[in-house]
Amino acid sequence: MTKHFFHQQEGRTSWIRLVRNQVLTLLCFLLSAVTLIPLFSILFLLLKKGLPLLNLSVLTGLPPAPGLEEGGFGNAILGTAMMVGIALLLSAPLGILGAIFIHEYAPYARFSGLVRFVAKLLTGIPSIICGAFAFAFVVLTTGNFSALAGGVALAVLMLPTILITSEQALMGVSSSYRDASYGLGATAFQTIWRVVFPEALPAIMMGVMLAVARAAGETAPVLFTALFNQNWTHSLMEPIASLSVFIYNFSSLPYPYQVRMAWTASLVLVVMVTGINVMAQMFFRKKHS
Amino acid sequence: MNGQAANCELQTTNYERSSHSDDFIEVKEFDFFYGKKQALFDIDLEIPARQVTAFIGPSGCGKSTLLRNFNRMNELIPNVSHAGDITIHGTSIFDSSVEIIALRRRIGMVFQKSNPFPMSLYENIVYPLRITGQRKRTVLDEAVERCLKAVFLWDEVKDRLHENALGLSGGQMQRLCIARAIASQPEILLMDEPCSALDPIATAKIEELIVELKKDFTIVIVTHSMHQASRVSDLTAFFYLGKLIECGRTSKIFTAPIQKQTEDYITGRFG
Repeated sequence: MTKHFFHQQEGRTSWIRLVRNQVLTLLCFLLSAVTLIPLFSILFLLLKKGLPLLNLSVLTGLPPAPGLEEGGFGNAILGTAMMVGIALLLSAPLGILGAIFIHEYAPYARFSGLVRFVAKLLTGIPSIICGAFAFAFVVLTTGNFSALAGGVALAVLMLPTILITSEQALMGVSSSYRDASYGLGATAFQTIWRVVFPEALPAIMMGVMLAVARAAGETAPVLFTALFNQNWTHSLMEPIASLSVFIYNFSSLPYPYQVRMAWTASLVLVVMVTGINVMAQMFFRKKHS
Repeated sequence: MNGQAANCELQTTNYERSSHSDDFIEVKEFDFFYGKKQALFDIDLEIPARQVTAFIGPSGCGKSTLLRNFNRMNELIPNVSHAGDITIHGTSIFDSSVEIIALRRRIGMVFQKSNPFPMSLYENIVYPLRITGQRKRTVLDEAVERCLKAVFLWDEVKDRLHENALGLSGGQMQRLCIARAIASQPEILLMDEPCSALDPIATAKIEELIVELKKDFTIVIVTHSMHQASRVSDLTAFFYLGKLIECGRTSKIFTAPIQKQTEDYITGRFG
């Protein structure tokens, strides 16, 4: 009965169509599997080369002198955290408030369009240029390489990302909430701070965390703003170590132990960055969609 | 078309003069533009206090646009402009001395899609009070109970006032929005197709509520449902292509409309 129903008009589906469908499905699966290869090979390599040296003293010690097989890169971890912290303090308020202005207060103004356009341009600017900018503005004016200069360089790098993702987060807030709030006689300020911003906050924080994760791994901007420091740093105004510059320096040394330490530092950096990303995903994923 | 609009004005004026002296909202020679596109043409209309006035007409006829002018919500859209005037109690709402925020507090609005804030029921209702700086717990508690009772929601939700409002059913959410709209004790309630997303049972509840609320509020409701207009409204205004074609007693509009277009629309021949 069923057979009759399916076959009476069209006959069987052409086998070419069926085979082509199967082949293309398989091809898509294989190609998506290929994209995972670089990611997992990096992780595998890092674990293989970096894990043997990983212990507490490596995480807390100071970089060894050339040839010595001791110490660690505790000051570099702290330096990266400090510079990212400075960058976050500078760029998050600017980026989030800027996004609120261009999306909530003046979405159609020519000025807002300009800000949006410049932010998009800035995301494409090579990170080394951000370093050059901070070098010219902070290092040359203050007279030394410093954590502050590194922070400024990273802030310039993070700002456009935070601005753009924050604006997208605000866009994601249903306009019916704004209608309701304005309809009840709220001011723009009240509407934004009581209704729109809390609703957009998870997505904004996600954007901020992703910007942080990216900045933490950057080498070029800190290389010639914060330079490096063999010791612990006691002031924001003196050169400071960072994980990325530590890796850069140690990987090119002729001593095998130092190279192995660079691998371990790479592993630590990747774990930190991935950790931030995963935390962002866990805590700030949109609750109700 | 101008002839028709003028005709309608004459007709309402006669009607208003004969039965009501306290016209509440008055629309005078009102034009409205989105950019260069004109959405309303020379509207003249008088809406009496403590009655339900229904705006009907096909989509895009300008009925929601006019409704959203009463509390100046349209001004959130860029490049809008208007000519003519709208007065409430004889005062122009466009007068430079009128604060938009105060105006909107005196005019509650209920939207097509129910839009409770993603907060607790309690916080939703006290929102209009909180934004005016009211902090007294007793005042807020009293407002929550009064407003929820007014929309017949109190018995259903009194035990979960601090749960998220998004957990309510569609009809409950819309009644919550009505409760929130009346929390600042406005005089006018604007409803923009409040039942279009609701099932027939929830719709019936809202309609009962509208009839109940007109004792205290002047209600203007935009609706696509002829039945709803005939069930809940005292007056009906029919709009077509941005013009007010006809308005008057609902019973009269639905039984003996003067304009051919009105008759065609309510009998379902177009629109």
